[in-house]
Order: sequence, then structure tokens, then C-alpha cells
Amino acid sequence: MSHTATAPEATTNRALRAFLHGLPGVDEVGARARAQDLATRSIKTTAKAQAIDLAISMVDLTTLEGADTPGKVRALCAKAALPDPADRTVPRVGAVCVYPDMVATAVGALRGTGVGVASVATAFPAGRAPLEVKLADTRRAVADGAAEIDMVIDRGAFLSGDYLKVHDEITAVKEACGPAHLKVILETGELVTYDNVRRASHLAIRAGADFIKTSTGKVAPAATPPVVLVMLEAVRDHHAATGARVGVKPAGGIRTTKDAIRQLVLVNEIAGPAWLNPDLFRIGASSLLNDLLMQRTRLTTGTYPGPDYYTQD
Amino acid sequence: MAERRKGNAGKNPGKGAAEPAPVPGRLAVRKTYKLYLGGAFPRSESGRSYPVTSAKGDHLANASLASRKDAREAVVAARKAFGGWSARTAYNRGQILYRVAEVLEGRREQFAAQAVAAQGLSREAASRVVSAAVDRWVYYAGWTDKVAQVLGGANPVSGPYYNHSAPEPTGVVAVFAPQDAPLLGLTSVVAPVIATGNTAVVVTSEHAPLAAVDLAEVLATSDLPGGVVNLLTGRAGELGPHLAAHADVNALDLTGAGDLATGFEETAATTLTRVVRPGPESGGGEDAWLDPDPGTSRMTPFLETKTVWHPIGV
Amino acid sequence: MIFEYAPAPESRSVVTLRETYDLFVDGEFRPAEGGEYLTTLNPADETKLAQVAVAGEADVDRAVAAARRAHETVWSRMSGAERGKYLFRVARIIQERSRELAVLESMDNGKPIKETRDVDLPLVAAHFFYYAGWADKLRHAGLGPDPRPLGVAAQVIPWNFPLLMLAWKIAPALATGNTVVLKPAETTPLTALVFAEICQEADLPPGVVNILTGAGETGRALVEHPGTDKVAFTGSTEVGRRIARSVAGTGKRLTLELGGKGANIVYDDAAIDQAVEGIVSGIFFNQGHVCCAGSRLLVQESIAEELLPRLRDRVAKLRLGDPLDKNTDIGAINSAAQLERIRELTDSGAEEGVERWSPPCDLPSTGYWFAPTLLTGVSQAHRVAREEIFGPVLSVLTFRTPEEAVAKANNTPYGLSAGVWTEKGSRMLWTAERLRAGVIWSNTFNKFDPTSPFGGYKESGYGREGGRHGLEAYLG
Repeated sequence: MSHTATAPEATTNRALRAFLHGLPGVDEVGARARAQDLATRSIKTTAKAQAIDLAISMVDLTTLEGADTPGKVRALCAKAALPDPADRTVPRVGAVCVYPDMVATAVGALRGTGVGVASVATAFPAGRAPLEVKLADTRRAVADGAAEIDMVIDRGAFLSGDYLKVHDEITAVKEACGPAHLKVILETGELVTYDNVRRASHLAIRAGADFIKTSTGKVAPAATPPVVLVMLEAVRDHHAATGARVGVKPAGGIRTTKDAIRQLVLVNEIAGPAWLNPDLFRIGASSLLNDLLMQRTRLTTGTYPGPDYYTQD
Repeated sequence: MAERRKGNAGKNPGKGAAEPAPVPGRLAVRKTYKLYLGGAFPRSESGRSYPVTSAKGDHLANASLASRKDAREAVVAARKAFGGWSARTAYNRGQILYRVAEVLEGRREQFAAQAVAAQGLSREAASRVVSAAVDRWVYYAGWTDKVAQVLGGANPVSGPYYNHSAPEPTGVVAVFAPQDAPLLGLTSVVAPVIATGNTAVVVTSEHAPLAAVDLAEVLATSDLPGGVVNLLTGRAGELGPHLAAHADVNALDLTGAGDLATGFEETAATTLTRVVRPGPESGGGEDAWLDPDPGTSRMTPFLETKTVWHPIGV
Repeated sequence: MIFEYAPAPESRSVVTLRETYDLFVDGEFRPAEGGEYLTTLNPADETKLAQVAVAGEADVDRAVAAARRAHETVWSRMSGAERGKYLFRVARIIQERSRELAVLESMDNGKPIKETRDVDLPLVAAHFFYYAGWADKLRHAGLGPDPRPLGVAAQVIPWNFPLLMLAWKIAPALATGNTVVLKPAETTPLTALVFAEICQEADLPPGVVNILTGAGETGRALVEHPGTDKVAFTGSTEVGRRIARSVAGTGKRLTLELGGKGANIVYDDAAIDQAVEGIVSGIFFNQGHVCCAGSRLLVQESIAEELLPRLRDRVAKLRLGDPLDKNTDIGAINSAAQLERIRELTDSGAEEGVERWSPPCDLPSTGYWFAPTLLTGVSQAHRVAREEIFGPVLSVLTFRTPEEAVAKANNTPYGLSAGVWTEKGSRMLWTAERLRAGVIWSNTFNKFDPTSPFGGYKESGYGREGGRHGLEAYLG
């Protein structure tokens, strides 16, 4: 596939620009229409039950507040490992996602649960810090036990056309990650156009991202279906060209079971069923988990539960 | 030849309609009236001609009697000219039509004399008809770059799309010119066809074809590209069935087809050729065409509406 | 993991089918004089839905007389504002009953509920709303200072968009002060008969709308009836020719919306994912039973190798099956006869050496079904590149230069629709300008709107439906 063939060998800004601007364009209206069409998929009964459990297992249960405390983080970890104390058939979530200074706390709280810790890093969310600070941020989080690092790209550099800077930062952070998986946050709400989302996706993939992630959750719009669609197309095309699979993580604005299932439908129909597992698809969320649990109860018991029956953490 | 009617031939020879008054001692040079095909003036490939007489029955000239093959050649010429003519800017088409008016104005006397002789009009009536014909070209010259704005425009669709409709010429139009209005009637049916970017194959008035050939000389000297208008003098009854059935003819103007119109319309149905039926002007002579503002009604039948959609996004 | 979508059928309980349906003439349902009925089937499972009266010449006489009476005594005398209010009322009732109509349409036609619910019915209501607003503004339509209705319109519509085609015919006719006698298609009469009920519910004066069901003979009797002033037909080019011949010399006005063999041109700089979507919706929307379908894909040779695998992957994701399942993308072929025609033409392609591909696809054991099909290695000479298949079959051709694309696109007696895919604005406009077709979709396909004129060049018919242009067909 010529458009998505591996990027040129020499990594210069000129070469990156030629590669990224040689990608096919995205027609905004067409991309929205496709996402809208897939949003009308009706997922009922057994398919819905399956989708809810899958979605739970993909949740990166997240707290990224200035007001986060060790107590808050420990409570979240307890929820992550055992989302519904009343129903032990509920799967555990994909990971817990916290700020770097909370990694040690989270790792301690999750020991033995099988739930990993993801840490945002690189001066999240703005990313406005010198590279050495970003790398130190990353190394410290990994040293404290983070299995996954969610970095932000330099949107300013991207928008000014300095693709090499974006690329080299990702490469450097990837190196600093060591064994930890790297999720690269594009902050699509600041990139604005789908053409930019496509280019940033391929740039991050080329620089070594294990996952591409939509948003920090601090900027709206965030993980809208068309944005996720364009990113899923990028990982699909990268796979077609190279055989390698990169994961996708929408984050921000996914609050209801319906939202989450729509994301899964996108994954299924755009990237394909291979991406329907937590190794390749995560959903960054906080309040979503309780809605998934409530819908799960509704399906198993036939009655609508109330929010007071689910832990608020 | 069978087409040559006996009796009138030879009577009053030399009184061709637009022929200058004889100068003593000088033999006038008469005009050979030919077809107008692809910008040239050939005789009918059939070699046939027929006598044209004045309103009083005097012989005026011999006109070429166009054949089926001439009609076929005319369609080929019109099709060939269509791409270029329809691609001209509307402004340029207007300039050329206005040039036709200018050249016609310069030949007023010739056309008026022709109308007096061929149709038996008074000098005054003939002058009025010629003036109206000149003005008709001016009228349609002005329409060329307005008709798209009047008939087209943006459509406010319910969605993120730019949507725009514009008229486009339908293609090759076979025009059966009015039998009883050989100059103003002819102008009135031909000008709107070409103003809108179509090309025309015109079957002229059978018994009064000379004004059409004179007009062809005007067209040929007005920067109108060859093939945009092709004039066949002869019989609608002979040429019409072929033109009506011709798959490369996009529309028929049956104004001058008289009783033949229904049959032609039936034939045209086979290729879904657009049809304009004879209208209220039929049978009214040149006077029926005097309305100085015929509007868009003779243009819209030869226009297709093209609607283009495009998404609006970043 | 495999993410199987469980069946998600739309409830049929919103539809109450009667065993028999009679003709709607002069505001009442009454049996045909001849007492004959035909059966309309659900093409998805071949079950019988209802018996529908077959109108004969006497019934056509009665309906035309009723329409004439209504025209002369009520409808042409009513103020435009009041006529418009009837149409607004009809539009509202259609919205209120839209789910019922969508389900019934899917049952009678075989098209997916996703389309009847999200495309057909919203457009039907929108069409009535649009023309309702014109009724008292005709002086401003650019058709003269005092445009007059023609009188009685005979209207014959096809089976591919039964209720939408009814709306396209009836809404402008009524808004302009004409009365109508409409014949729905033989295989899809039911929503038109519910529409007749809606006319009653709206208290529309008797005779303004008359619905005659039946087959080809009924249609012929209607279009040849001397008592009408206007014939409007949507359907095959073959029947269109016959109708054009029959109205010759009658003084009746005629508009025809006929077949097509639309080209969908994909340039090498196209937004490829959206182009793939456009190709898919261009030919598989409504099982390809679309006169303006993009049934000829013209792809620039330099990206053909990249595009075609993407297209195949996408087609493989289409879900074919129960039209009432909300997740169905491709429903049933409307009739056994149409299925036979699709098979015959597609087979002819194979015989002519065209390569045929369909995704693995389990077709239901009863009903009329045809898997989505791509034909590659097609040239302009093949029948499948020239004849309208009217089914889910895409002929793929390639081109090298824009000139060649346009030449191939225009190389057909039809001229209804075409598509252009390029990210370069000037090339889009250059191409659109040269395509001899009435509707050009650039970077989109199969979009419809009541404000947007629709209709063909050449043998795709004449006249426009929709928009201000659509009024012209009903005013003198």
C-alpha cells in the first residue's frame, strides 16, 4: 500500500513532512458520516453483555486531578481490582492511570491484583517543559513501577511543522520507558483537523508508540467517534503495511455504556476484531466504569439499578 | 428534376430579392444560395435544388434542396462544434451574438428588400421585421451571461454540503424554423438555442429560405465558430424524420414542423430527445414574433440543470 | 475475539396489515370495478403481505374524473396558503407515523430498516414540508407573474423508493394546485395506501389525491388516459420511451426520471477512506436499486492496486440479511424478476471474461437475495459497463488521465449521476463541469434533499424534481 508504506529511512524534518503530507486526506464530512452510521449499530442482549465485559477490561481507570491524594488513589485501585464487590464475575479493569507522583502509591495498592499502573508523564497535560524534565518525569514513573507511560506530544511543534521535534521527543521518551509501554497522547482537540489527527497518528507510530491516545481529558473535544475512527484507520493501515499492530486509546468524554459500545463497534468495523482486546484498545475514563456496571446488572437481573449501589471513588 | 416546379421558372428572372437595382449596361451578379454546414457553404451533396418564388409567384432564386445526408453532415458539424462553443465563456458568446446584431444592422437594406420580395411585406413592415431581428440578437446577446444566474443558484440543503444548480446546454438542437416567418421567426428560434451554448441544425422555411442563407452569411462573418449554426434549406417532411430519429440530436424545436410535429415527437421518443412543440406563434407570420421580451421560455427547453454537491469541512 | 452482533429486529407491531387493500378514489377506498387483486410479498421471505386491488380502465376513468372535479371545484380555487397548510399537515402526520411507514416499507420493499428509518422517511416528510412552503409563493418562483396549475397529473412511480418517489411526485403537484392520480409499483403498493389513509386523516378534500394500484396495464391506462394534463413517470428508460411516444401530440406535459449508469471517478489524490465509503454507498445503498447508483467505478490506475483491497475489505464488512434488523446494511432484492435480471447481467459479465468477486456471505434460504459483487477487469465494451443492472453489482474500470476519466464517464446514453473524488478543488470543478449528468456528487455520493433538483441528461429523462426547479413541471 503505497500511501502507508513504511516511512523513509532518513529521519529529517523534510522526509517526515513528505511522508505525512503524502498520506491521503480525510474528508471531514465523510469521516463524521461514517462514524455516525456506525453509531446506529444496535448492540443488544448477548452481544451487549459481551461488549460490557470487554469494555470493563479495557478501562484505564483514571484520576488526574490536582486534588488527588494517596487515599483517593488507593480507593480507585481497590475499585480497579474488584469493580463490583457484589459480583465477582466482573472482570478487572485494564489499568489504573495516575500522575507520576502517585505511581508508587498505586503500585502498592495494586500489588498482586494483576492490574497494572499507567502514569501520565512528560509534563502532562500541556507538555510545556524542557525535554530533560520530561525524560526525568518518565524515568521516575517507570522506576516507581509504572508499566505504561502516557506521554503528550508537543502540539506547538506539530502545528508549526516541526515534525522532527515531535518525533525525536517520542523516540527519547520511548527509550526512557525501558520495558514500559508507551502511549502517545495526540491531544486531538488541539490538532483540530482530521488530516492532522491522521498525520500525528502516523508520526507517533513511526516514532515508536505502542499506543496512540486521543486526549489528555483536559481539552474538549476529546475522544469523539470520528477522531477515533481516523486513528483506527491509521493503525489498520500501519498493520497492512508492516504487519505490526499499534494500540489505540480514546480518553475523555466517554461516560456511558452506549459511548463505550460505540467505540467497540468502531474498533470492530474499522481496525478489525484483532484490536478487540486490552492489549490493543483501552478506554481512558473514570465515571464510565460505574455506568458499565449498572448496565451489566440491568442485563443480568432485568431491573434498573441505582447509582447508590455502586462505589463512588 | 422532380423538385423543380414547372411554370414559374424563368418568369421575371433577375429579380432576386436582395439583388441591387440593375445598372444600365451591367449584368448583375446573382447569388447562388447554398447550405451552411460547418462554417462552409456547400451545395447539397444530392446536387438537388428547388426554385424559390416571391410572394407574388415570381422566381427569385434556386435554393439547395438538402438531403438526408446533408442533415447527417449537419449533425456531425454541430456535434463537433458543441464542445468548443459550450466551453466558451458566456461573456464571449454574448460578444459574438452582439457582433451578429452589428453585422445584420449593416445589412438592413438587403434583408428588408428580401422580406419585401419574398414575403410581400410593405417596406415599412419589412423594416420593422429587420429591426426586430437585429434587436433579437442583441436581446439574446445580453442573456448569455445572465441565464445561469436566473435559472441556477445555491440550494440550501439540510446538511454540511455546498449544493449548487446551474443550467447547461443540452447539446445539438434540431430546429424546424417557422415556415411563415423566415427572418424574425428564424432569429427568434435560433438565437436562444446558441445563446445558451447549444449548437443548431436548422431546417429553414421551405418556401422562403433565402433570408436564412443571407443570415448564414452574417453568422459566418460574425466570429461565430463554424458548425454552431448549420442551415438546411429544404423540406421538413424529408429531413425531419432523420433528425427526429437521430441519436446524436439532443433536442427538437418543432415550431415550424406544422402537422409533422406529432410524428416527429413520436420518433424522438426513442432516444428521449427533448421536444418543443409548436407554440402560439405558429401561423402568425413575422408579426407573431414581435414581442421584444420573449423571456427565458425558448432557452429553458434546451438547458439541462446540473446540480453539484460538495461537503463543507476542514 | 469475535464481536458478534446479536439480532436487533425492529418491531413489526407498529404495522397493522389489512388482508386486502382497495383503490383510493375520491377520498374513499373502494374495490376495483373488475374485482381483481394482486398479492404483494415480503421479498425477504416470500411471505404474502396483502391483497391489493388491480385498477382497470374504468377505475382510471373514475379516478381521473374525481381528480378533475377536485381540481376544478376545490383545489385550484383554494388559496395557496390553505393548500400549503394541508401539505404541512400531511408532513406532520408522516413524521408522527414514520416508524410505522418505515417498517412497512422495509417489509414490502426488502430494503433495510436503517435506510427506511434514517433516509427514506425523513426525506419524505422533508419533501412535503419543503413544497408546502412553496404553495403560497409561486409568484416568486421565477416562472412568471401568475403561474397556473396544469390540472390533473398522472403519476407512475417505481418500487425502489416507494414512498419517497410518491412524495417527489405528489408534494410539488399539490403545492402548485394540481390534483393527482398516482400508481405505485406493483410490488410495493402498501406505503402509498397508508399515505392514502394519511390524506383522509389530514381531511384533504376528496379527489385531490387518488391512488390506483395495479401492474403495468394499470400504469399504461393511466398515462394514456386523455383526461389528464400532465404525466410524470419514474422508472425504466424502456417504459419512459413508450410514455414519451404516447403523449406525443396530446398537449400533455411530461417529465421522466429514468435509468442511469453512473460513473464514480476516483482520482489518485482522493481522501481514500471516504472514497471507499462513497463507492460502497454509491452502489450498495438500497441494494443498488437506485437509478443514480454509482454503478461504474472509474479509478485512476495509479491507485487501483491500493484502493481495490480496501474496497474488498470494506464490502466484506457489509451485513446482509433481515431487512428489519437494525444492523442490516444490505436487504433483499425487491422481486424474483429483478433478481433474475441481476443474475443474468452479472453472469453475462463472467461470460465476457470479467472477474467476479463477492465476500463470503450466507444468503437466507428463502426470499430474493444477491451478494454484494465487484466486477473487475471491466471495459466499456462489456454489457455490465453499459446496461443498468439495478442491483448490488459494481463494475470497476480504470483510467489514466482526467480526460480519459471524463470521456469514459460520459460514454453512455444515460446521464443521471456521477461522482468525483479528489482533494484538489480545481480538478473537482473541472471534472464536474465536463460530466454530462444531472447530479454530480463530489467527495460524497447518493445524497438527496428536497431543495436540490434531481434529474437526468440524455436518456436518463427530462425535467427536474426537487427544489424551485421541481415546480416548473407542474405549472403552465
